[in-house]
Amino acid sequence: MSTQGHEHRDDAGSRMGMWLFLFTELILFGGLFIVYAVYRYQHGEAFHLAARELDTFVGTVNTLILLTSSLTVALSIVAVRQGKRGLAVMLVGMTILLAGAFLVNKYFEWGHKFALGIFPGSPELLKRSSGEILYFGLYFVMTGLHALHVIIGMVILTVVGIMTARGTVSASSYVKLEVGGLYWHLVDVIWIFLFPLFYLLH
Amino acid sequence: MGSPVSPASQAEPDFYHVATKRRGIFAWILSTDHKRIGILYLVTMSFFFLTAVFIGFTMRLEMLTPGKTIIEPQTYNTLFTLHGIMMIFLFIIPGLPAVFGNFLLPLMIGAKDVFFPRLNLLSWWLFLTGGILAVVSVFLPGGAADTGWTFYVPYSIRTSTNVFPALTAAFVLGFSSILTGLNFITTIHRMRAPGMSWFRMPLFIWALYSTAWIQVLATPIIGITLILVALERFFGVGIFDPALGGDPVLYQHLFWIYSHPAVYIMILPALGVVSEIIPVFARRTIFGYKFIAFSSVAIAFFGSLVWAHHMFTVGMSNTGMFIFSLLTFLVSIPSAIKIFNWVATLYKGSIEVSVPLLHVLSFIVQFSIGGFTGLMLGALAINIHVQDTYFVVGHFHYVMFGGTGFGLFAAIHYWFPKMFGRMYAKKPAVVAWFLATVGFNIFYFPFFILGYLGMPRRYYDYLPEFQSLHVIATVGSWILVAGILIMVVNLLVALRRGARAEANPWGGATLEWTVSSPPPLENFHEIPIVTKGPYDFTPSAAETK
Repeated sequence: MSTQGHEHRDDAGSRMGMWLFLFTELILFGGLFIVYAVYRYQHGEAFHLAARELDTFVGTVNTLILLTSSLTVALSIVAVRQGKRGLAVMLVGMTILLAGAFLVNKYFEWGHKFALGIFPGSPELLKRSSGEILYFGLYFVMTGLHALHVIIGMVILTVVGIMTARGTVSASSYVKLEVGGLYWHLVDVIWIFLFPLFYLLH
Repeated sequence: MGSPVSPASQAEPDFYHVATKRRGIFAWILSTDHKRIGILYLVTMSFFFLTAVFIGFTMRLEMLTPGKTIIEPQTYNTLFTLHGIMMIFLFIIPGLPAVFGNFLLPLMIGAKDVFFPRLNLLSWWLFLTGGILAVVSVFLPGGAADTGWTFYVPYSIRTSTNVFPALTAAFVLGFSSILTGLNFITTIHRMRAPGMSWFRMPLFIWALYSTAWIQVLATPIIGITLILVALERFFGVGIFDPALGGDPVLYQHLFWIYSHPAVYIMILPALGVVSEIIPVFARRTIFGYKFIAFSSVAIAFFGSLVWAHHMFTVGMSNTGMFIFSLLTFLVSIPSAIKIFNWVATLYKGSIEVSVPLLHVLSFIVQFSIGGFTGLMLGALAINIHVQDTYFVVGHFHYVMFGGTGFGLFAAIHYWFPKMFGRMYAKKPAVVAWFLATVGFNIFYFPFFILGYLGMPRRYYDYLPEFQSLHVIATVGSWILVAGILIMVVNLLVALRRGARAEANPWGGATLEWTVSSPPPLENFHEIPIVTKGPYDFTPSAAETK
């Protein structure tokens, strides 16, 4: 088994790889944004009505949670660069907790909709206009895919958090934590677009 | 792997023969060496290619007579679906980048490996997983998917066949393709040897670079589209289901936003291979290096903006049709630039007629025919007449097989000595080339006439007046398959009994020919310093030969 690897580290290259991967994630959601734009154009009225049924308060709380989590992950990188690994691990842990809080909120939000009989293919939803069916279809698909990314982000943060605790990530070599943080910011940015599209555009 | 200090390259074992930590097959399937991964891709891809060839051969046999010849209609539907999925996702898309890109990219830019070696291995595992899923979907209860490789809704939502495993296969293969592209872009940016400026890169690397960008930027769209179809099947979300207000045409847009650029993922590396081979066997520096390099980028860019020309009959606005038709015509400009430059390179060169060059010449002719018929399809009036006929099938087989397929044949005959350290017998290789070229053209040229006369694609049955042309095409398929078989056997024999290859059997000037054949584990003892362009056949280089 070859162990050639690289004799010298190239952090810029590692970051570049992550940025390229983030492009692909953006475009993955980009496909959904296209679908959203087309159907919003075709069914403006129905989207307008359906959007009122979402709880703006819960959405706002979740936005604040995610923004705060982006702050904590950014601070963890600063902490590691200053050699405060313990603090960095704590900040990564806080980010993961905030991500968990986001998911709990999302769970209750979805649960409430399910309780009202609104979910893809439900008899209740099928009684409504096609614009509303599409709105809620997109709502579940887009927030669901986003929630999946939150979970993937939590796994990545756990891994880099453990690396930081063990000292694999340190003041002299922190690119792994940095790219993990980049991924987390992406999860955040996508929510920044989902929030107004579903909750605020009445 | 501590490399020995001695710079004496004679005594050094090649990468096949160095001691490995793992034994047997694990030395391969867990290796992060780009050369081993390239060979892994070659083996798996060849298996899928030959299977898909056999499927195509069976379909053509079925079309020998009207009505049933050997298989049932439903079998025919699943066969053309499988043929498409395997040829596109398992052979042409990974073919040149994953096999030859992996093996050669680090060698050609003077690096020891790709930037992310472990990610590279993961790509191959994803590729294998996707391939296995595609094969397994055939044998699961419910039967193989019968939607065509395009998975058009609403049929793909309604059919009871195993569409979901096929969708998952395509999704996983897309992910593999993205990771390969991401790896190559980073490698090309960060790991070029000192002195290897952008304009000293071999043109194959430019082609891989353009391809990699399409892989990274276009593939996610098909990913999300396939996810949506799967969700539609399981939950009835409604996004593509006309019964719930969804729009099937929107599916077609999303599908082609990826799948048209994917056509350029398939052809661009082949264009790069041709640009490598022509200067070597014409013993001249390439004509118009920068034009060829930038035309790859231009093809990647314009090729991403033409997707709706697959959909001229779905009911678009005239403005939309006009714009997409115009953009389609624009793509032909960078493609034509390449052809003119290749011909200009050959002009007054001291041409050595070798097997790779023969395949390249077939490529140029067939790719031109494919390109011109593509322009005919891009013209609105003709398009509506021949939409979904054999004309379209003939066109894309001329580009995909006559182009990329022959580009791949050229590549394997050109780099075989480097990859395996053996030479193949020339005579059988020439016979195989001749049969493949003749068979290919007898096979697919009648498709243009059939399509123009109105033979629809994917039909199991046809009117009796089409039979003579179908018979000609079927006979062509036999000649083509004979050619491919001779080629495969000849190369397999060469693996065992071929004469040992020197480091530089063709007199190439790019970096991969400066190391022994097959290359040592770490490619280069010392990272080379590049002082000249890739096609500089100056006397000093020739005298040493």
